[in-house]
Amino acid sequence: MFIQPEEILETLGMVHVENLDVRTTTLGISLRDCSHDEIDVCAKRVYDKICQKGERLVEMANKVENKYGIQIVNKRASVTPIAIIGERFGKEEMVKLAQAMDKAAETIGINFIGGYSALVQNGATTGDIALMESIPQALATTERVCSSVNLASTRAGINLDEVNRMARMIKKTAEATAADGSIGCAKLVVFGNAVEDNPFIAGAFHGVSGPDAVINVGISGPGVVRHVMSKYGKDLDIGEVAELIKKTAFKITRMGQLFGSEVSELLGYPFGIVDISLAPTPAIGDSVANILEEMGVERCGTNGTTLALAILNDAVKKGGLMAANHVGGLSGAFIPVSEDQGMIEAVELGALNLDRLEAMTCVCSVGLDMIAIPGDTPASAIAGIIGDELAIGMINSKTTAARLIPVVGKKVGDKVCYGGLLGDAPIMHVNTFSCDKLMQRGGRVPAPVQALKN
Amino acid sequence: MKKEKVVITALGANKSGIVASVAQTAADYNCSILDMTQTIIDELFAMIIIVDITDIKMDFSDFKEKFERRGEELGIKIFVQHENVFRYMHRI
Repeated sequence: MFIQPEEILETLGMVHVENLDVRTTTLGISLRDCSHDEIDVCAKRVYDKICQKGERLVEMANKVENKYGIQIVNKRASVTPIAIIGERFGKEEMVKLAQAMDKAAETIGINFIGGYSALVQNGATTGDIALMESIPQALATTERVCSSVNLASTRAGINLDEVNRMARMIKKTAEATAADGSIGCAKLVVFGNAVEDNPFIAGAFHGVSGPDAVINVGISGPGVVRHVMSKYGKDLDIGEVAELIKKTAFKITRMGQLFGSEVSELLGYPFGIVDISLAPTPAIGDSVANILEEMGVERCGTNGTTLALAILNDAVKKGGLMAANHVGGLSGAFIPVSEDQGMIEAVELGALNLDRLEAMTCVCSVGLDMIAIPGDTPASAIAGIIGDELAIGMINSKTTAARLIPVVGKKVGDKVCYGGLLGDAPIMHVNTFSCDKLMQRGGRVPAPVQALKN
Repeated sequence: MKKEKVVITALGANKSGIVASVAQTAADYNCSILDMTQTIIDELFAMIIIVDITDIKMDFSDFKEKFERRGEELGIKIFVQHENVFRYMHRI
C-alpha cells in the first residue's frame, strides 16, 4: 500500500512549518592508535586520524539531506577521551592536542568536535589532572573543541575532589573567555553516568569500547510535538496525551533511523545508535517548554511542570524505542535554558528558577544545561550545584550533567547573547548561602546501595 | 530492476496549468509518472505525483533543482523527496 496524500502533507508540514530536522549526525572516531611519546607526533596523528575518518562526513550527510529534503542541522565528530591519548603529557602539551582537534574539525568542515575529555569518577591519573587543568586554555584558544569530564557514576560514587577542581576550571574558563560572554563554559560539561555513545555536543566523546569509527544520530522535533499537542491534544485525558506524544515520537525517530543508516552505509562505518532526545532550538515554537505549556501548565516552571516533563519524557522514549534499531545516547527530553525560547521567557517572567530546573532533571534526560549564573558566583557554590546534580544521577542510575556559565561581569537581571544554536541566556539567581564546608571535605562519596546489583 | 521512486509535491495558490506544467517537466527529464493525486486544502492547491526516476540521465540534486525552479516560475512550492522518507515515517 502506498502512502496517502494526507501523510505526505503531514510530513511536509513537520519539516517546513514545525522545524522537523535531524539534529545531529555525529561521527565517533577512536584515537586509541594515536598515542606517542612526543607531543608533535601525537598531535599530528590525532589530526590525521580525524581527517582521514571524517573527510567524507559532510559530503555524505549533505547527500542524504538532499535525497530526502530534510535537513541534518549539525554534522559533528567525537573522539576517544583525550586524557587517555595524552596520558603522558602535561598541561601545556594537552592544549596542543586540543588545537590539533580544532584544526582537523575545520579541515573536515564541522563546527564542533567533542572528546577533550577525562573520566575520573574513580580517581584521576596524572594525565586526567593535566587535561582538566588545561581546559580553560584549551577552550580559550580553540573554536570548535568541546570538553567534558565524568565525575561520578552509580557504580563509583562521586569524586568530590575532582568536582571541586572542575568548579574552579569552570570559573577559569569563564574568565579566559570573558570577552565573548564566557562562551568557553558553553563548550564544557561535567557528567555523572556519562554515556559513551552520546551524539550531542558538548558532552559527546567516543567510548573506549567503541569501534574505529561509528555513526550516531540525534533526533529533534520539539516543534512537531508541540504542534500535535496544540492541534489534537486539547480535550484528551493524560493517558491519551501520552499516546499522542508516543505516536509523534515514533515518526520523528524513524527519520533519525533512516538518515543514520544511510549516512553510515555511504561512509562504510557501522551505525551505532539513535539518541531519542527532544532537542530544542531557539527557533520560535521549537521548544520543550512550549510543549509542557501545551500540556497544561501556564508557564514552564510552575507547579505541575515536573509532572508534565516526566510524562513527555517517558512517552518520547516509548515512541522512539520501536522506531530505531539501536537506541542509546542520552535519550529523553533536553531542557537547556538558553537554547529554548520558552525556557528563556519562563525565566524572565520569574516562573522558572534553578531549583525547579534541578527537580526537572530528575525526570528528563540530562541536567542543568546552558544555565548562565552571576560571574561572581564562588567556585564552591558551583561545586555544590554540580554535586546536587551528580547525586541525582548517582542515586537514580541516570545520566546527569551540568553546563553552567558564570558570566564574568554579569548579574541577575542581565542577559548574555550567543546567537545561533546556543541562543540567549538570562542570568539566573543562585542560592547565596554557603556550602563551602561540605564541599571542602573532599574525598570520594561512596557508591550508593544501588551500585550493588551483582 | 527495482524502481527508484520519488514523491513530487506541488503546493501553492490554485491557478490553471500547474498540473500540465509539472507533468511536462517530468516528461522532459525522462521519468515516468506512476501515480498522481490532486486536491484543494483550505484554498491551497496540492498535487502529489509519484515518479520513477530509474531512467533519468542526471544527478538527483540536478533533477530536484529543475523542479524547484519550475515551481518558482509557477509561483508555487515544489518539493522533491525520495519515497523512503514517507515509508519510514508512516509505515512499520
